[in-house]
This record gives sequence, C-alpha cells and structure tokens, in this order.
Amino acid sequence: MSIFSLKVNGRTHTVDVDPQTPLLYVLSDDLELKGPKFGCGMAQCGACTVISNGRAIRSCVTPVETVASAEITTLEGLGTPEAPHAIQKAFIDEQAAQCGFCLSGVVLTAKAFLDQNPRATEPQIRQAMSGVLCRCFTHTRMIRAITKYASERRNA
Amino acid sequence: MKTAAMTPDAAAALARAGFSRRAFLKGSGALIVGFSVANAAGRLGLAPEEAFAQAATDRRTQLDSWIAIAADGSVVAYTGKCELGQGLFTSQTQLVAEELSVPLNRVRLIQCDTGVTPDQGTTSGAGSHPANFNRAGLGLAAATARHTLIGLAATRLGIPAAQLTTRDGAVIVAADASRRVTYAELIGGRTFQVPLDAAATRKHPREWTVLGKPAPRVDMADMVTARLEYVHNVRVPGMLHGRPVRPPAVGASLVSVDESSIKDLPGSVKIVTRKNYVGVVAEKPWQAIQAAQRLRVNWTAGTGLPSQAQYYDYMRKLPSRDTLVVDSGDVDAKVASAADRLRATYMYPFQMHGSIGSSCAVADVQNGKTTIWAASQNVYALRGSSATLLGVPPDTVHVVFTRGSGCYGINGADAVAFDAALLSQAVGKPVRVQLSRKDEMAWENYGLAFVMDQQVGLDAQGNIIAWDYEGWSASRGGRPGARPGNVASGFHMGFEPAPFQPRTPSPAPSEFVGDNNTAPSYVIGRVGDKAGGAGRVASERVLSHRVDSPFFNGPLRAPEQLQNTFAHESFIEEIAAHVKADPVAYRLRHLSDQRLIDVVQAAAKRYGWASRPSPKPDNRRTGVAPGRGFACVARDGGNGWVAMAADVDVNQDTGQVMVKRLVVACDAGPISNPDGIRNQLEGAALHGVSRTLAEEVTWDEQQVTAVDWQTYRTLSVGTAMPVVETVLMDRPDVPATGAGETAITGVAAAVGNAIFDATGVRIRQVPFTPERVKAALAARRT
Repeated sequence: MSIFSLKVNGRTHTVDVDPQTPLLYVLSDDLELKGPKFGCGMAQCGACTVISNGRAIRSCVTPVETVASAEITTLEGLGTPEAPHAIQKAFIDEQAAQCGFCLSGVVLTAKAFLDQNPRATEPQIRQAMSGVLCRCFTHTRMIRAITKYASERRNA
Repeated sequence: MKTAAMTPDAAAALARAGFSRRAFLKGSGALIVGFSVANAAGRLGLAPEEAFAQAATDRRTQLDSWIAIAADGSVVAYTGKCELGQGLFTSQTQLVAEELSVPLNRVRLIQCDTGVTPDQGTTSGAGSHPANFNRAGLGLAAATARHTLIGLAATRLGIPAAQLTTRDGAVIVAADASRRVTYAELIGGRTFQVPLDAAATRKHPREWTVLGKPAPRVDMADMVTARLEYVHNVRVPGMLHGRPVRPPAVGASLVSVDESSIKDLPGSVKIVTRKNYVGVVAEKPWQAIQAAQRLRVNWTAGTGLPSQAQYYDYMRKLPSRDTLVVDSGDVDAKVASAADRLRATYMYPFQMHGSIGSSCAVADVQNGKTTIWAASQNVYALRGSSATLLGVPPDTVHVVFTRGSGCYGINGADAVAFDAALLSQAVGKPVRVQLSRKDEMAWENYGLAFVMDQQVGLDAQGNIIAWDYEGWSASRGGRPGARPGNVASGFHMGFEPAPFQPRTPSPAPSEFVGDNNTAPSYVIGRVGDKAGGAGRVASERVLSHRVDSPFFNGPLRAPEQLQNTFAHESFIEEIAAHVKADPVAYRLRHLSDQRLIDVVQAAAKRYGWASRPSPKPDNRRTGVAPGRGFACVARDGGNGWVAMAADVDVNQDTGQVMVKRLVVACDAGPISNPDGIRNQLEGAALHGVSRTLAEEVTWDEQQVTAVDWQTYRTLSVGTAMPVVETVLMDRPDVPATGAGETAITGVAAAVGNAIFDATGVRIRQVPFTPERVKAALAARRT
C-alpha cells in the first residue's frame, strides 16, 4: 500500500492503496464517485472514462500511481444538474441517453476530443467516438448532441 | 415495523424532497399497509410466511398501496414496474400527474421494493405489455384516487360529484373554479382506505395535457451529470467485495480449491464454495479481483459442447417439446397440388443482452435479515428465489430495485444477486459483487438460437394458398422465478433449472396463440371456429420444436418474435420476388389485420415506396449497390404493430453492409410520451442493426469464446448509423400496447430483404457479417 494525493474535480484527496490499483476503483470505491463506471475492465467500452490533464483516459486500465500528479475530471466534476456543462446541457436538450450507464465514455471522450480539435468535422467526431459503446443504441441523439455542442463551442 | 433499508442516496433524496424518514413512513399509506404483515397474519390466523405472500397480492387491490397524498398535497405513487432505461419512470410519473391533475414535479414515484410496492411481476413480462397504462394497476389506482377525491369533495362542498373536476392538486367546481378544496385539505397525510374501483374511468387521451406530450426524462440531468445512483454505486457501511470464480468450461465440476494460493494476498477475507460454486470475498474490489484471478481451483473437464458449425443441424436431431400453433390439416395436399411452390431455411444465432455495465448487486445477510439491492426486473421473484438459495423465510428478505445498466431482457442482474447473497451470508457482512466482463458474457442467459423451415404453395396467379412453418429453438433456464437454477450462479450453487420435458407429438391447439410470432402474419390462424391470425392464407401449419440448450437462455428484446419474424418477413419477400410482385403490395394481398395494414401503408407512404419487384433492375455486380427492403409484424400477435422500410448500401467488393435509412411506423395505442417512444424506436432499430450485422455468441468444444467486446462485436457510438424516421399512429380509442420491442422485431428481415434487392443474393443466416455476405456474393451466378 502507498499513500497518494489525487486531484479530482478540483479537490485533493489522499488515499492509501496498492499502487497498481486501477484508478477506477480508487475513484468509485475510495472516493465514492458515481461518474466512472466499470464496464469491461479492458479499455474496450469507455464507461470508466475520466479526463486526465485534458486527455480522455480509461481509468479501468490506468494504475493509480501513473496519475498521482494529474488533474482528473469525472463526469460529475464537469457540471451539476442545476448548472450543467455546455456539453451536458446539449445531451439534456437532445434527451441523448436511455439507461445512461455509458455516459462517462460518451460525454468525456467527446469533450476532450473537441477541446483539442475544436474545428473537427462530423466524420472526425465519429472517428473519435469509434471506441465508445452504448448498448441502448442512443447513437443518433448522442452524435447530434456532440455536434450541437461542437458548433456552439466554435461560435462562442 | 421492519426497518426498510434505504441506500444513502435514497435517504438523501427523501431529505431533499422535504421528507424525514419517519415522516415518510407515517405519511405513506402503502408503507403502513406493506409493513403490517404481522398484524395481518394474526388477524387472518395465517402463518407469517403465508401472510406475507398474500399481503403482496392483497395489497394490489387497495388504493393505499398505490397512491398516497402527502400532508403538503403532493402525490406519492408506488409501482411494481421499474425504469430499465426505457423511460418508464418518467411516463409513469406523467400518468399519475395526468390522472390526478398535478404538475409532474408534485409526483414522487417509488419503484419496485418488496417492502413497499405492489407485486406486479416482471417489468417486461407479458411481452412488455404496458400494464400500468390501461385500466389496471397504477392507471386504475390513479383514476380511483381521482374519483375518491372528487367524492370526498362532493361531501365537503355539498355539491354533486358530477359538477366537480380536478385541477392543479384540488377538486374544483367545474363552473366556478374559485370554489375548490385541495387534496391536502381532503386527505393529506391520511390513507384512503378504499379498494381499487374497476369502474373508475380514466381521462380520455383527447383530454390529456401531461400524458401524450413529449416530456423530458425526469432523470436525464442526474444521469448526464452522474448524480443518479445505480446499483453499482450502492455503498453500505462495512461492505466487502466479492467475486465469483466461474468454471473454466461448461459442465465442469469443482474438485478442490487451494486456499494457500491466495493466503498472502492483502485484504482477502474468505473463500466460499458450494457445490460447483466458488467465490472470494475481500476488503476492496481490486483485492477481490486479484484473489479470484490467483485462486487455484481444480475442476473436472467440461462436458463438451456441440460443434458450432453443425449446430443448426444438430438442433433438429434432439428430443423436442413440440407445439402445434395451428394446423388446417390440408397443407401437404395443398402444397403437393399447387401450381408452384417455394422452400427456404433461415438461421438465427444465440445473441447476448451484452449490458454495457457488467451486472452488480449488493446483499446484506445478517442477524436473520436479508437486504438485496439489485437491478432485477422482478423484486418479488428475486425475494423468493433468494430465500430458497439462502434457506431463510421469504419474509426476512427485502429486495430493493436499484437502477442498473440497460438490460434488454434478463441480463446478469438476478444471477449476480445470488452471488452477492451467498457471499454475504458466508461472511455475515454486506457484500457487493460486480461481475467481470467475461463472467457476464460467458454465462448470461442468451437469446435463443433458431432454425426455421418455410414452405408455401402458390396458385397460378402467384397467390399463397398454403403456408407451412416448422421451427427449432434451443433454450434452458430463464427468468429465475422460484428457481435459482434458471441462471448460471444458482445452477453452480446446486440448483437445477426448470426441467426440459420433451413432448412429441404436440397436442392439438385449443386456441390460436399469436405469442412469439411463431405463425406468420399471412395465415388466418383458425383454431376451432375462431381465426386469430393477421392474414388470409387458410391452409396453414405452424409447428415449433423446443430443444434443450447447452447454454442458459432467456428473453432478449423481442424474444423469439425477432427470430420468427426474420424467417417470415424474409420469406414473404422471397415469394414476392419469385412471382415478380412488389413486396409491399404482395403483403397487402395476404393481410387481413387492419392495424397491420395501416402501419404497412404508413411506412410505405413515409418512405415514398414506388411499386416494383425485387431485385432492383439496374444495379451493377461490382462496387456499392443500393437496395431497399420491407418488414412488418403484429408483434407478439397484437402487442404493438410495426412496419419498416430499410435502405442499404452493399459493398460488393468487401461484403460490408451499411444501413442508410430506416422508416419505422408504429402503432402502440395511445402514446404516453411521444419523445420517449421515439427514443425507444430509434434505439431498438439501431440495436436491431447491430444484432443483424454483427452479433453472435461463439463457442469451441468446451466453452463460450465470445467473452468481451473484441470477440462479441457491437456497433460503436462512432459507427455511421442510419437515419431513423418514425411515424406514430394516432390511436386514442384503443388500449396501450408494448412499444420498446416493436422496432427491433423487423430489422433483420428488412435489412436482409434490402441486401437481396441490391444484389439479388439472399442471406438466410444472421448476422450478415462481411465474410458471410462476401461468400454469398461469390456464389452468385453471373
């Protein structure tokens, strides 16, 4: 076990865990955050996605020791029901979810990608989303919400 | 009074809503009814166990079990039908708000908790029929509450009930809205003490102001900002983490466990075995995962699996349980003497629910009481089967439905609840279990594999004069009901699945059963003097053979309906092409069910369907070929009507099929939430595309080999998906029917028909993978 300081959603947390523990378990169990979720444990689906230093990463395969100094944002860190982030608002406006379990992967992957590629075209957005799964197949509404956010972001 | 377990989140939500736990209990009729079992037992002279079962049933007839008016006049409603991602929480909230004339935010819906809600069976049971949206269950309760409130107001105001109506949480004089009495004044914080009134009328859909409008999901903002509590987020004090160690092969038995193999691992608490079940419990999730991986377990070899390549032929040779749906007795003669005849065989694979989140449950078994938090679709059945598993009285088990990952049928939600319950009992502490991706996929209850033979006789004009269907499907286990052995975890723990009982020949049918769409829409379905089918073909034989499966199986979105409809709706276009008829017009020649005819015409109209036979005459044999296909079905024999037209592009060099456009016309009776049903139709249509093009459970000699998202393919969010256009039929005067499974039912056939239209090649086996399409194209005669 080792003690780590983690900067998550603007707050610093101290945890005492096995350094090899995937970040996901530290976030969801030690810190009891609800955003990142276990879907596959193999970086295949995206449900565990968080943003680390501006990049979307799969927390289920990221040892906690590798992100000890990073700025980490989870889905709940992006906004609140009362004051959602613009991309979250786009998802609410488009009613772009069914069970909602996949949303960390969908929303955070899209946000991190558009932060780095603000002028991305829809095919480029689709390419960025090609490793993210939604088994309710809310795909059309999700892509619509993401492209809506992208165009608002460009015009802001 | 038994302590109702509540997750910290639920308690916090209650507090936010201005209810203390105590006030909540006091203010809620259903809770009082629900928890007074011991009193009821004494009164009725029943053993507590019997009384408990009876109480759940009796409660359904009492208004207080469904609706309570809080002291502040807000409405609390209790439902036995849960949110699975399909929007049911929102539409049920709309239902109560509509009938009781209050805004949506004055309704608080409590769903599926054996302590407090009525037993309504499986949420998607009875073919996902919307039980609460007609004159039964919650709908009837809300109507009863409205009538009761009007009656109370009539007495209070001294005005005949006929002159009163409801508006914004009050009963008002229809002619003078200033004369009013609020629900809070009438009954706030007290119980109704009346039974459901079968004569209570609901508001007519034409009067609706809340129902029938596109209400945003009430849980959407919480989902998108990760405030919503899923069962995966349930954390209770002192909770440990468990992990099953499933056998390495189907049929493998436990020989021994080497406990020393994990004794040095930090946090390991206990190894638990029972029959062929092995599980570990540790302090932290990562420790449990490592312990399960490192634990050395000796198993016998598996019992072996039939060859996948030969499986469809193998099914035909197994002992079967036969069901004759309809038999006019003259099919062989009619086919033999027909001017022309056509045959084809269709194959549909085992497919997974494949929930995006692996299944999870938390159980707390200690001090003679059990609480289980699970995403089960049936909390009462899970209470019973868990009690059996644990060897405890059912009335000591409390099951609390907590949201899960979308399930689309029976995913691992019940199976993992058994894991958690057994492990918690073994350690006497609360245990959370979330399955590994592999354990979810290798052991879930797959949708059934089918092989289906079709044959028709045609007259000289190309009309169908006889239809002969014979199908084989494989199934084992299912929803647990009272049987833990119907799912893998319970089976490994030593319980048997429902026994397979061969039956050949089938008894003669006593009535026409349209369930599962075993019969095609084009037969009259005559049994005795009643014709229950949707079509006109009078010479008909429909025979199904159920065989035992090597895997656990259960309902998967449009169960059996989808497989049968693939065969029927592909075959009807094969016949239409054979007689060079337009496939839509050819269907209409053979249909009699007006609602089915209406959706066919609505879909064709929206699509802009121009009459011509398939295949498309001017397509080239290389490069990308466009095509169109159609499908329709009275789903489950009349629980939602749907028709769809599909456009595809087939890349004839790679075998890649791209679905470009899907037009879906749906008749599900009065629509509670138009945006909600559109979201379901879109999702179901695309789910259907994924199942049609990509999804198949694979296996080798010993075990399932589709164990992750590389080996079980699904279409990612980035996949270019077809535009889905929905047409909702306006049907205010008929009962509501199921909607969430309608759109998926026809997709495989519509896409297969479009591939034929594009290329002249018929693919009769799902999924239509590029390899399979390419091979079929290569075999095409030039």
